[in-house]
Amino acid sequence: MIEVENIHKSFGETHILKGISTSFEQGKTNLVIGQSGSGKTVFLKCLLGLFEPEEGNICYSGKVYADLTRDERRDLRQDMGMVFQGSALFDSMTVEENVRFPLEMFTKKDKQEMQERVDTVLQRVNLVDAHKKYPSEISGGMKKRVAIARAIVMNPTYLFCDEPNSGLDPKTAILIDNLIQEITREFNITTVINTHDMNSVMEIGEKIIFLKDGFKEWEGTNKEIFKTDNEAVTNFVYSSELFKKVRQMYIEERN
Amino acid sequence: MKYIAAIGKYFIMVWEVFKKPTKWSMMRSLIFKEIDELIYGSMGIIIFISFFIGGVVTIQTALNLTNPFIPKSLIGFATRQSVILEFAPTFTSIIMVGKVGSYITSSIGTMRVTEQIDALEVMGVNSLNYLVFPKIIAMLFYPFAVAIAMYIGVLGGWIAAVFGNYAPSGDFIQGLQIDFIPFHVTYAFIKTLVFAFIIATMPSYFGYYMKGGALEVGKAATTSFVWTSVVIIILNYVLTQLLLG
Repeated sequence: MIEVENIHKSFGETHILKGISTSFEQGKTNLVIGQSGSGKTVFLKCLLGLFEPEEGNICYSGKVYADLTRDERRDLRQDMGMVFQGSALFDSMTVEENVRFPLEMFTKKDKQEMQERVDTVLQRVNLVDAHKKYPSEISGGMKKRVAIARAIVMNPTYLFCDEPNSGLDPKTAILIDNLIQEITREFNITTVINTHDMNSVMEIGEKIIFLKDGFKEWEGTNKEIFKTDNEAVTNFVYSSELFKKVRQMYIEERN
Repeated sequence: MKYIAAIGKYFIMVWEVFKKPTKWSMMRSLIFKEIDELIYGSMGIIIFISFFIGGVVTIQTALNLTNPFIPKSLIGFATRQSVILEFAPTFTSIIMVGKVGSYITSSIGTMRVTEQIDALEVMGVNSLNYLVFPKIIAMLFYPFAVAIAMYIGVLGGWIAAVFGNYAPSGDFIQGLQIDFIPFHVTYAFIKTLVFAFIIATMPSYFGYYMKGGALEVGKAATTSFVWTSVVIIILNYVLTQLLLG
């Protein structure tokens, strides 16, 4: 579980995060949504420990990040998996080398044990024929799967995803969403996903927080978000023509 | 003020490179890879340039020695001194800044814009140690490349002198041996080691701290070439004054 208490983050004169408090539960897919520039990525980077908030605390299973020593922070980082927006796979390594990288770096497993673990996670993300391929030789959807495999290879407690289905076709995007949700439940991980994809919100948003201009504007579930009266949220949710029509149908049906 | 801040940031980066080392088994393979990429991969251009620079120095010296009272052995002497003291360590280093430095800046810069460096940091890896330390160690082998450049430069000079009929082989070789001061080779290798450190770290700095996208990677590589060359030229002057002055 991750608890966030009143965090503030600025870059120079620009105040990006303005007192955000929330919590992310274990075994659930938690979504952070909002328009571009709302502070989602900065918020996620604060959760990852890449940015340190000027004010407020972030607690990981009861441990306050700011109170941890350098070594404890390093240990905590090894408990985190991250799927970057552009996958961030190492270009010079093959798919299996990318997935094996954290194991080689941080464990004392022998080669066979590592290979077994790599095969297991690649199988889990439905990638069985791409072991020897380089990132430049695989599709965007496959890259996301490799990134997910690399993120879960160390059995993390926390999984963070920055727009995991951006740039993917709708069908592949749903597959990636479902894969993340399945993995979250299977391994009982605390998953936090940054997205502005409403399909993801509908499909896997067990808990959603909506950011606007650095503030937490709204918090709820994927069922509640379509019924809320919050104007900023409805403007965001119904910004696409498709969702506007769905809403219209829903209102007509209700009346 | 901006430049002073950048210099401070560079030294902090260098300090960070040596903190929290990467697991040795991984580091070892990274070092071998960098030796292959930075040193072995540059040997072709180093040999090519050294050979022709040696030849040109010989021809220019010979063409300027028109007085018949000046012995032809002076051509060999001038070639040796020019190649060992200046052309092999400094000229080769400028070429290396162009080849190796641009490669370092663009490869690290690309890793920055594609979030690969963030990925390393998130995993708890000291990205500076992982990326820059192997390059520093690999560049410790750079004096071997410069030693080869010295040899090839003198060889190029000998071939130009003998086959261009500027000096007989015996005179040229005699000139190579006149007033030889072993410290000049030591001086050249001290310079080379300092330049090697600069070539490994300054382009890394420009790549690691760059911001933006693909266009900025190109700009960073250009800026890196300019500033690394400037620093090498200044250090060349300072070290010459300190060691030979």
